[in-house]
Amino acid sequence: MQAELISKDGTQEYFVNMGPQHPSTHGVLRLVLTLDGEIIKRVEPHIGYVHRSIEKMAEFDTYKQIIHLTDRMDYLSAHMNNEAVALLVENALEIEVSDRVKVIRTIMSELTRLASHQLWWGVMGMDMGAITTFLYAFRDREMINDIMEETTGARLTMNYNTPGGVMFDLHPNFQKQVKEFIKIFKTKLPEYDELLSGNIIFTERTKGIGKLSLADAISFGVTGPSGRASGFACDVRKTNPYSAYDRVNFTEILLVEGDAYARYKARIFEMWESISIIDQLIDNIPEGVIMAPMKAIVKLPKGEFYQRVETARGELGVFVVSDGNKTPYRVKFRSPGFSNLSVLDHISRGHKIADLVAIMSTLDLVIPDIDR
Amino acid sequence: MSTIIAYFKGIGQGLNTLWTGMKVTGYYFFHARKEIITMQYPDNRDTLKIPERFRGRVVMLHDQNNEHACNGCTMCEMACPNGSIKIITDKILNPETGKAVRIIDKHIYHFSMCTLCNLCVQACPSNALAMDNSYENSVYDRSELTFVLNQPGSKIRDNVKD
Ligand code: SF4
Ligand code: SF4
Repeated sequence: MQAELISKDGTQEYFVNMGPQHPSTHGVLRLVLTLDGEIIKRVEPHIGYVHRSIEKMAEFDTYKQIIHLTDRMDYLSAHMNNEAVALLVENALEIEVSDRVKVIRTIMSELTRLASHQLWWGVMGMDMGAITTFLYAFRDREMINDIMEETTGARLTMNYNTPGGVMFDLHPNFQKQVKEFIKIFKTKLPEYDELLSGNIIFTERTKGIGKLSLADAISFGVTGPSGRASGFACDVRKTNPYSAYDRVNFTEILLVEGDAYARYKARIFEMWESISIIDQLIDNIPEGVIMAPMKAIVKLPKGEFYQRVETARGELGVFVVSDGNKTPYRVKFRSPGFSNLSVLDHISRGHKIADLVAIMSTLDLVIPDIDR
Repeated sequence: MSTIIAYFKGIGQGLNTLWTGMKVTGYYFFHARKEIITMQYPDNRDTLKIPERFRGRVVMLHDQNNEHACNGCTMCEMACPNGSIKIITDKILNPETGKAVRIIDKHIYHFSMCTLCNLCVQACPSNALAMDNSYENSVYDRSELTFVLNQPGSKIRDNVKD
């Protein structure tokens, strides 16, 4: 075994553990790197450090209760995760939610997406050695958190969706606050470009790094902005529109390069799209009830149900097998983080260790989403 | 030759992008008073605005007569996804009708397990529960996070339906 590792010129490959407590893995992800000098030969992700068996727990919870568990998967897309389960139950029971709920959910989702991308941008800069971006991103993200807190009562784990609608009506200040945020953020987003996008150190470190081809993106199931940066048209909001996405105009961001810089760009462009979606909806939130009439105990009919939504990281799929009881028989979450992580080994081979940080940042991994 | 040109072009570009970035940070450096977002917590506790919907922890609402609306129906206990609520009920004899009625003895709330999902508040048929806006909840021992929500000596309000 040892002898095999020694190559002809007498050098030897060696292993390095990156994580589980490494600041640039954004959580407890352990990567076992096989290195030849500074060149990465293999990346082996070891996951499970924050495994909370959410799928198993969900088998003992009613459908209303499952939603609050999904907050804790991809906590930066908490609202979209909630929405996935709520939509699944509504579709299974053929409940039609009011237009108001649909629009509220869409606006909230886009605000969450913006907040998630802002955090990603700040952290991405920090991974690259620029503290400034972190502070600027959190400055803007704070405004979204305040809006969320006012309407939903929580900043991160909102648990705002319930089967049949949303928990509270919008706060009277909501429209005003969102409009103000959009107005301010439109002037702040160009700063993001000025600070990082054009920066020569940053572009040198990301252009041509971690190239993911379209074929690989499809075969690994890389979705979200990471997949779309390789040209994979995988936006669930376009392919299977849910909530109010069928009545807004937005462009699906598709880039062709597939490198770290393209993944970065895709997210920046996506922020503009989110802004435009919110712009279209915020002035015409229809009146209506916020909760469709539901039975006190939600029971799904016997069968299998699948619902997917586009979270900030890609496609989240919820698969429920129901045996007709008030708790599901089996729940499976197809989390975007897990599929996006699986491509890490493939695209980082042959790059330097420092590039791995750039690749991982642009894949935008959230570890609790991978482990569940 | 071309490599030399590329070399100097790179330096030029580098300086240019450095200047672009420094312009942004420089602007905020010289307009530091314009957009202050840093809060001097905990010095600003008195002026801190917490939204009224903020979910701090679960409380039971009591009025000035120390009366609450909880009849011990255990709906909140069933709605809670992680068993943070335990209701201990009691039975007393109603002196007028002579029938035994269920009353609540202790509404026990384990804050250490609560995920602040708001499901119990929504489930309660008599709106006896609410979320308060507290935010400094750290304690030295876990046992301090177990609360009895009905205040000592409190009783159920008259008009609450069973
Ligand atoms: S807020 Fe949620 S977790 Fe906490 S006690 Fe109520 S139902 Fe249970
Ligand atoms: S707090 Fe409400 S739900 Fe819980 S036992 Fe009392 S009346 Fe029932």
